[in-house]
Amino acid sequence: MSERAAPVTTTEEQHDDQEPARDAEESVDADATAEAASETEQQPVTTGAEAVVRALENAGVEHAFGVQGGAIMPVYDALYDSEITHVTMAHEQGASHAADAYGIVSGEPGICLATSGPGATNLVTGLADADMDSDPMVALTGQVPTEFVGNDAFQETDTTGVTTPVTKDNTFSSEPDRVGTDVSEAFALAREGRPGPTLVDLPKDVTNAETDREPDEPAVPHTYEVQEEADREIVDAAAERIENAQRPVMLLGGGVIKGEASEACREFAIEHEIPVVTTMPAIGSFPEDHELSMEMAGMHGTGYANMAITHCDTMLAIGTRFDDRLTGGIETFAPDAEVIHVDIDPAEISKNIHADYPLVGDAETVVDQLSEAVDDSPQITKWRAQCQQWKSDYSMAYDTPDDEPVKPQFVVEALDEATSDNAVVTTGVGQHQMWACQYWTYTEPRTWVSSHGLGTMGYGLPAAIGARFAADDDQEVVCIDGDGSFLMTLQGLSVAVREELDITVAVLNNEYIGMVRQWQDAFFDGRHSASDYGWMPEFDKLAEAFGARGFRIDDYNDVADTIDAALAYDGPSVIDAHIDPQANVYPMVPSGGDNGQFALTEDQL
Amino acid sequence: MTRGLDGPSPEERPTPAGRRNKQGIRIDPEIEAKHDPRRTVISVLVEHEPGVLSDVSGLFSRRQFNIESLTVGPTAEDERARITLVVEEPDPGIDQIKKQLRKLLPVIAVRELEPDAMRRELALVKVNAERPDRVAAVADMYDAKTVDSSPETATIEITGARQKIEAAIETLGQFGIREIARTGTTALARGTDDTAVPPTESAATEAKQTQQFTQPADDD
Ligand SMILES: Cc1ncc(C[n+]2csc(CCOP(=O)(O)OP(=O)(O)O)c2C)c(N)n1
Repeated sequence: MSERAAPVTTTEEQHDDQEPARDAEESVDADATAEAASETEQQPVTTGAEAVVRALENAGVEHAFGVQGGAIMPVYDALYDSEITHVTMAHEQGASHAADAYGIVSGEPGICLATSGPGATNLVTGLADADMDSDPMVALTGQVPTEFVGNDAFQETDTTGVTTPVTKDNTFSSEPDRVGTDVSEAFALAREGRPGPTLVDLPKDVTNAETDREPDEPAVPHTYEVQEEADREIVDAAAERIENAQRPVMLLGGGVIKGEASEACREFAIEHEIPVVTTMPAIGSFPEDHELSMEMAGMHGTGYANMAITHCDTMLAIGTRFDDRLTGGIETFAPDAEVIHVDIDPAEISKNIHADYPLVGDAETVVDQLSEAVDDSPQITKWRAQCQQWKSDYSMAYDTPDDEPVKPQFVVEALDEATSDNAVVTTGVGQHQMWACQYWTYTEPRTWVSSHGLGTMGYGLPAAIGARFAADDDQEVVCIDGDGSFLMTLQGLSVAVREELDITVAVLNNEYIGMVRQWQDAFFDGRHSASDYGWMPEFDKLAEAFGARGFRIDDYNDVADTIDAALAYDGPSVIDAHIDPQANVYPMVPSGGDNGQFALTEDQL
Repeated sequence: MTRGLDGPSPEERPTPAGRRNKQGIRIDPEIEAKHDPRRTVISVLVEHEPGVLSDVSGLFSRRQFNIESLTVGPTAEDERARITLVVEEPDPGIDQIKKQLRKLLPVIAVRELEPDAMRRELALVKVNAERPDRVAAVADMYDAKTVDSSPETATIEITGARQKIEAAIETLGQFGIREIARTGTTALARGTDDTAVPPTESAATEAKQTQQFTQPADDD
């Protein structure tokens, strides 16, 4: 709450003192209600920066992640008096990933702040990541004063120029009277329709300037239109196709979770007993322990998921953009299938895979429309049996002989077992990320937090920090990381320690950047160019140096107890799990390959 | 030591016979879908604000759409500008261009123009002119005007469809061309047909926005 009538010197105590004090001008009869009102009543906005913060408050923002700096200082000064909790990160990249993860777990845009120039450019990876995954996020960047813009002033970067290709929308805010509304609009845009990251660039003179303009409520600009309901005729035609299908699958994409359509999809699949495949961003949208679940498809998807999508004759694809990691080669993707494609973004329809039944609209609304339109379930007993057969033919089993280094899959399964169903998992990028997909059984939406489209190493730890603030207190937050990925952003441990965050990081340490090593073995004659990381630090000791708890796993006997101890520790803990350095991820569809021809061993590549 | 998972190997698995083409369309062996590029004109009504041209041109370079020309200028309303794009792409690409343009925030309306739309381009051609009378005679053939002349040069202004301008330039070539500047195509729909107006202002146009033409623009 703003108490900024008298400038700047407000200390915590003074702030508290002022709370009950009545303004002399306030009328006596207002006194009775003023007590209650003072909790919510806001002082009028007096500067551009206050308008920025007010816009965030109006939008219901509770947390923001960022790093201070010259050009953003006025905004931080206004934040000082706000109820919004600011989490100071160790690096702006971390701020953007934390905000991204916050958005994934909470469904509301995550907020990150950075100063101009290097602060803003450090956000770019996180913006690109959020853009690829359509995660709602708002970035606020400081900018040099307007009169210096274009002059290569100290710490000047053309931030809107740099971020245009990686944001849903960005704005250079040039008017003190508009700046609050620009932020409100950015917030609304980040979550409306197909979500995505937005950015507002805030020149220092604009945030410093006086204004009494209260920001408008979050609303999207008039040129932004979203179609909620799909065309009735196409819905009816698609419904008929589903009724007559012989080998249908539902392919759920990340849009199912973002569109809050998980429940509707579950009901639809279960009512009509249609096998369900997910993309990686959709993990958690359908319970993986359900009989109908074929789990994840694509490059490292399960063999049964890939058999199901390759052999289906009808594909109900919802909220997916048919990324090449999912489709493999376009020519061999579901070649017999008529595709019913539900998406809120018309531009996704027939971008990669031609849609025979284009259904533009909100995922939940359209699935409800389809539910109503489908009268009879398809007769597919044989197909379902075939899918179950594939599940047993291509089961995800691995050996755990005692005389070998610990298998990473075993560690992932043990972590899954030790945590509750609603635990949130974040990851870096590499083999560990794939094992975290394959060997953890996800049952709830918004519990899988990973970098899908951009594949950003270093995502895991800052994402765990953001997820921790968005998750419920009783939800565990576990980061499954790779040694290489962890090394990229582990300075975030200082944040986790300072904020006393209860997160558990399990580093699957193979002293390789393993996914690269796996590809080098398969496609580059085993020439391990720059992928052998034999000089890894001891992550357990490093954790202790930061003030976190460190643990180490060397063999199978350690696994369960160590995991229990790390989870039990009420604060950040790091498990340095030394795993079989030669372990590889299977199944695998080589880039551009045929999903049905996935390799189960190295010889099959 | 086994490295991998169990299960039937790729050769032992059934594979479907079907295929898709590069556009992700299932190939019907009877009528194989084939999409040759065609040239078309897309008119985009935008908010007249800083950065919109770079938004549009950035979209084209980022998505590797093949752009022939791009012109921009004000409209009757101060706060709006019109961008006219000539593109050459197969149908699915043209469809993507329209959809991606519509996603840009400052974009108010997008429409692909009918092949018979009015299309005009302007060119200034500076030629050597020892014999100004002969240059003027050639210019006349193309309804062109001499807008500047000096003892050694003449500059001709030609407006018209792209083909006419190309023909004029070729003929003027006999004098020796020193410099050329061309504007790229600008265009408006014919008659009462709206070029690109906001959906709320014309329901009829909105319905047409999904229209796709199979023939190229007719002055090519
Ligand atoms: C920022 C970034 N740089 C490089 C890559 C390329 N890359 C993909 S996976 C990988 C290896 C990851 O190694 P590690 O984090 O140790 O995980 P592992 O594969 O060993 O589980 C690399 C380098 C990337 N995805 N992101």
